[in-house]
Amino acid sequence: MSSPYEKLPGWVEYVLIPLINLTVAFLVAGLVVLIVGQSPIKAASLLVQGAFGYGEGLGFTLYYATNFIFTGLAVSVAFHCGLFNIGGEGQAYIGGLGVALVCLWLDGIFPWYLTFLVAVTASALFGAAWAFIPGYLQAKRGSHVVITTIMFNFIASSLMVYMLVEVIKPLGSMAPQTRTFLEGGQLPRLDWLLAMFGFDIGGAPFNLSFIVALVAAFFVWVLIWRTRLGYEIRTMGASPTAARYAGIKDARIIIITMLISGGLAGMMALNPIMGDQHRLQLDFVAGAGFVGIAVALMGRSHPVGIIPAAILFGVLYQGGAEISFEMPEISRDMITIIQGLVILFAGALENMFRPALVAFFATMRGAGNPSEVSTSGE
Amino acid sequence: MDYFQIALVTLEATIRLSVPLILAALAGLFSERAGIFDIGLEGKMLAAAFAGGAAAAVYDSAFLGLLAAIAVSVCLALVHGYASITQRGNQIVSGVAINFIAIGATVILGQAWFRQGGRTPQLGGDSRFEAVTLPFVDTLADIPYIGDIYASLISGHFLLTYFAFAMVPFSWWVLYRTRFGLRLRAVGENPGAVDTAGISVTRMRYLAVICCGILCGFAGAYLSMAVAAGFVKGMTAGKGFIALAALIFAKWKPVNVMLACLLFGFLDALAILMQGRPLPLIGEVPVQFMQALPYILTVILLAGFIGKAIPPKAGGVPYVKER
Repeated sequence: MSSPYEKLPGWVEYVLIPLINLTVAFLVAGLVVLIVGQSPIKAASLLVQGAFGYGEGLGFTLYYATNFIFTGLAVSVAFHCGLFNIGGEGQAYIGGLGVALVCLWLDGIFPWYLTFLVAVTASALFGAAWAFIPGYLQAKRGSHVVITTIMFNFIASSLMVYMLVEVIKPLGSMAPQTRTFLEGGQLPRLDWLLAMFGFDIGGAPFNLSFIVALVAAFFVWVLIWRTRLGYEIRTMGASPTAARYAGIKDARIIIITMLISGGLAGMMALNPIMGDQHRLQLDFVAGAGFVGIAVALMGRSHPVGIIPAAILFGVLYQGGAEISFEMPEISRDMITIIQGLVILFAGALENMFRPALVAFFATMRGAGNPSEVSTSGE
Repeated sequence: MDYFQIALVTLEATIRLSVPLILAALAGLFSERAGIFDIGLEGKMLAAAFAGGAAAAVYDSAFLGLLAAIAVSVCLALVHGYASITQRGNQIVSGVAINFIAIGATVILGQAWFRQGGRTPQLGGDSRFEAVTLPFVDTLADIPYIGDIYASLISGHFLLTYFAFAMVPFSWWVLYRTRFGLRLRAVGENPGAVDTAGISVTRMRYLAVICCGILCGFAGAYLSMAVAAGFVKGMTAGKGFIALAALIFAKWKPVNVMLACLLFGFLDALAILMQGRPLPLIGEVPVQFMQALPYILTVILLAGFIGKAIPPKAGGVPYVKER
């Protein structure tokens, strides 16, 4: 995206502006809390308490963050190519089918680490397959990927209800879910990791997927900034015409990007299915695919930004649960509002404060030429 | 029940189910024809449904409820307009944001104000739109078939239903036979040309977004104050996205929009009817397949296998005035 605005110093661009946008989003959220007749300050302190105050809370925070790192990475890889993949929700859902099939098949035969390797591959493959059709249609037939991925979310949801109710539910069971996996289909928890810092995670399902998420973040960084493919992806995102002129096969890049994006979204399923529930349930994604949009926008599509952004949303999810115990008026739906506000201020309105900042830094630098500043638009 | 009765019931359900789709899809039509993509139809409809249900319950007036629904929906439309026209932000991102804000805010505010688990109080009497019985129902009742068709398909709907169907030719007339409509469509195809003619692109796009807000307001009011007697958490249930699909399916043309919405409404009605009833030759069709069918059809259309859906040329692109 070419910006019609003046260039700002790096720390303003990557630290100050996101922080300002985030602050405004939270101020508006605080306003909603006030309208409901509650104290935003009390809510904020409960939030931090619930998310960091004790070992189990911290464990849950990182458990949720794991989901959002995967979906955030998925959205951001697509962003780099100029594609908006809203289908993370559906891709993660279908990824879950891959994980569950592998676990149901191998959990009695293999130890967990072998099942895990197959399950990682299956989750990525299933997620990628679900993203392939929108990617292919965008690349070859010009159908807008935003619309097709939205449609695919709904199709995924219907398909999974059908699969769970009619196909993979155990005989004689009423609940639309698979059987519980045996030992060989359960990921070990990372209680030892937090124990090193003196926290006891209690019953929190913080598990190996977190490490997988961090590794995925590293690989995304390598891919986007250190490989030829990543360069081609970024070129496509910056200017499709320039990319085509430079001999980059645009259809191929679009499809590959969507496959990677869908694969990352699909891998999110490892965390709740193999790491926590040990079975496939309806709606296990629970909006994590959409949170990925907020996370990617907040983290400026860079893994270094995505990880803290994902942890912030982990804090909101875990701390939000805590708040709703103490202040029943503020249910977890508050998080949905905050999510929307973050997407609005960090995404759609990201340039709202930029002209003011540009003017401010221009006067700070004492650059005497005011006509330079006025090109920045209204 | 004989086949005639079954057909009648299904068609009546089709009309009932397609009205919110028609209103929302026409709303999207105004916005997208002016070059503002709007995937926030769902959110605006939901917020309007809540505002309508809440205001109607508090003031005990369906009319005030409708006004509140429109006002809230227009406010959200203006937020979308501000983000995508004035701030030249990403229109998709803005639409996504509005959907989330609406989903969360309706529940939080509903719980804080009414304490019924995100519902608004039950509406009835003056606070709800009642079905209208047209004249001559009794006179025609004795005539076989025609009497039944008149009584259940033509008469006996809500005022908002007739409004929705009236909006179809009206939208066509506005878009294709008025100066406003010409300019609105031009702004979506070639804003530079409109600007050259001395017409403000910004103003036209804001007007289009407001039209969109008004119609979404009607759609929301229909859901919470006519079909249902009050707002229920998440009651739009993806209708905004089906409307979006219908809009694309209709290739951004008003009459096609109505037909597409009727088709999707019919599929929905059919899914309800066929639940647990095996079809000859095919056997029992899974409900989930019927529910997914509108989305599948839209994807097939978008893939260019049923004609080609070409969106307005300047859709999604913020207009930067040259200086």
